[in-house]
Amino acid sequence: MSVCWQGTGEAAWEAAASVPDPEVPCVTVADLGILRWVRVEDGVAVAGVTPTYSGCPATLAIELAIEAALRDAGFDARIERVLTPPWTTDWITAEGREKLREYGIAPPEESGGKATLFGAPEVTCPRCGSRETERLSEFGSTACKAQYRCLSCREPFDYFKCI
Amino acid sequence: MAIFEAILELADDHLVLGHRISEWCGHAPMLEEDLAMPNMALDLIGTSRTLYDHAGKLEGKGQSEDDLAYLRGEREYRNCLLVERPNEDFAHTMLRSLYFAAFMRPYWLKTLEMTNDETVRGVAGKAEKEMAYHIRHAGEWVIRLGDGTEESAARMRDAVAALHIYTDELFESSPAAAEAERAGVLPVRADLRAAWDEVIGQVFAEAFLEAPEVPYPQTGGRKGLHGEGLGHLLAEMQSVYRAHPGATW
Repeated sequence: MSVCWQGTGEAAWEAAASVPDPEVPCVTVADLGILRWVRVEDGVAVAGVTPTYSGCPATLAIELAIEAALRDAGFDARIERVLTPPWTTDWITAEGREKLREYGIAPPEESGGKATLFGAPEVTCPRCGSRETERLSEFGSTACKAQYRCLSCREPFDYFKCI
Repeated sequence: MAIFEAILELADDHLVLGHRISEWCGHAPMLEEDLAMPNMALDLIGTSRTLYDHAGKLEGKGQSEDDLAYLRGEREYRNCLLVERPNEDFAHTMLRSLYFAAFMRPYWLKTLEMTNDETVRGVAGKAEKEMAYHIRHAGEWVIRLGDGTEESAARMRDAVAALHIYTDELFESSPAAAEAERAGVLPVRADLRAAWDEVIGQVFAEAFLEAPEVPYPQTGGRKGLHGEGLGHLLAEMQSVYRAHPGATW
């Protein structure tokens, strides 16, 4: 969280960056890299937010939550939806990845650009660290996650897919 | 105006296919697919929303994404015929998605290289990644069914016979699309044939399927000439908004 705020926006950035993701509440919108920047322009805090997936149903909820957090911090607030550069799992911070693992969600394994057209990636179990896992379903509780099972400790878990 | 119409064609393709796929919600053969289908429908509908919003702004007459999606009739829809084909069984549904995604992924990749329209570039950057896993999901099903039991293989062959005749339209540019191509907004559709053939060829080889010769390709969607099914789809999709004009939710 170093260079992402501009002008007098540090307090605004702190407020917006602390908003948890509604579907994966262990990480904040800043950890996930979907809060791109916060600028304060003439007393109005403008937050640049990017959707994860085109149809992510949480996009509006996230925008409203960020707007509310900025208002609570005393700013007039506005959200700007940013499409470029597109969000990929590479935007998730190292801290965010660690929080996901602790929460029981396997973080994305490889750079999104390297994802192959066919075949499932090898995923490490977030509970026991085993590489012996299998994919149960391409989609899990949300669009951005897949359902996996560990063949060593037998626990099912969510995997945050690479995109 | 031509660029507005060309963006509208793209938006209609995504909304109509998204709606078709959403019809599986609650009806898919297993829980995993019941989760997968609405998720992929949301990708397509999300893409269409950004495109409708952009088209409305290009037109400059104050039409919102809802106006464009809910208040145009069947003859005003400009989607290609492939995307409106009914779901039938899983073989038809998965093959239809494979045909579409195998076209859209190279389309969006090409768009990223050439477009001078920033919004279209933004859509392309997101959608290209999504189309990659739509190809994977649908392609794996086509292989599984084509290389499955006698029954599943027969259904897969029936789906190819029913749907392949609609694929040539993907590579045709309407006069509006051709103008958007000349203006450097959208890529030339005809140039994407080799990339599409490669993915379809790879999947068909593993699925023991053959692409048939198509002496009479079915086209007309870009002119508003649709099959009977689109009217029913729009009636269901638009009824609430037409009963309560201007409603938001």
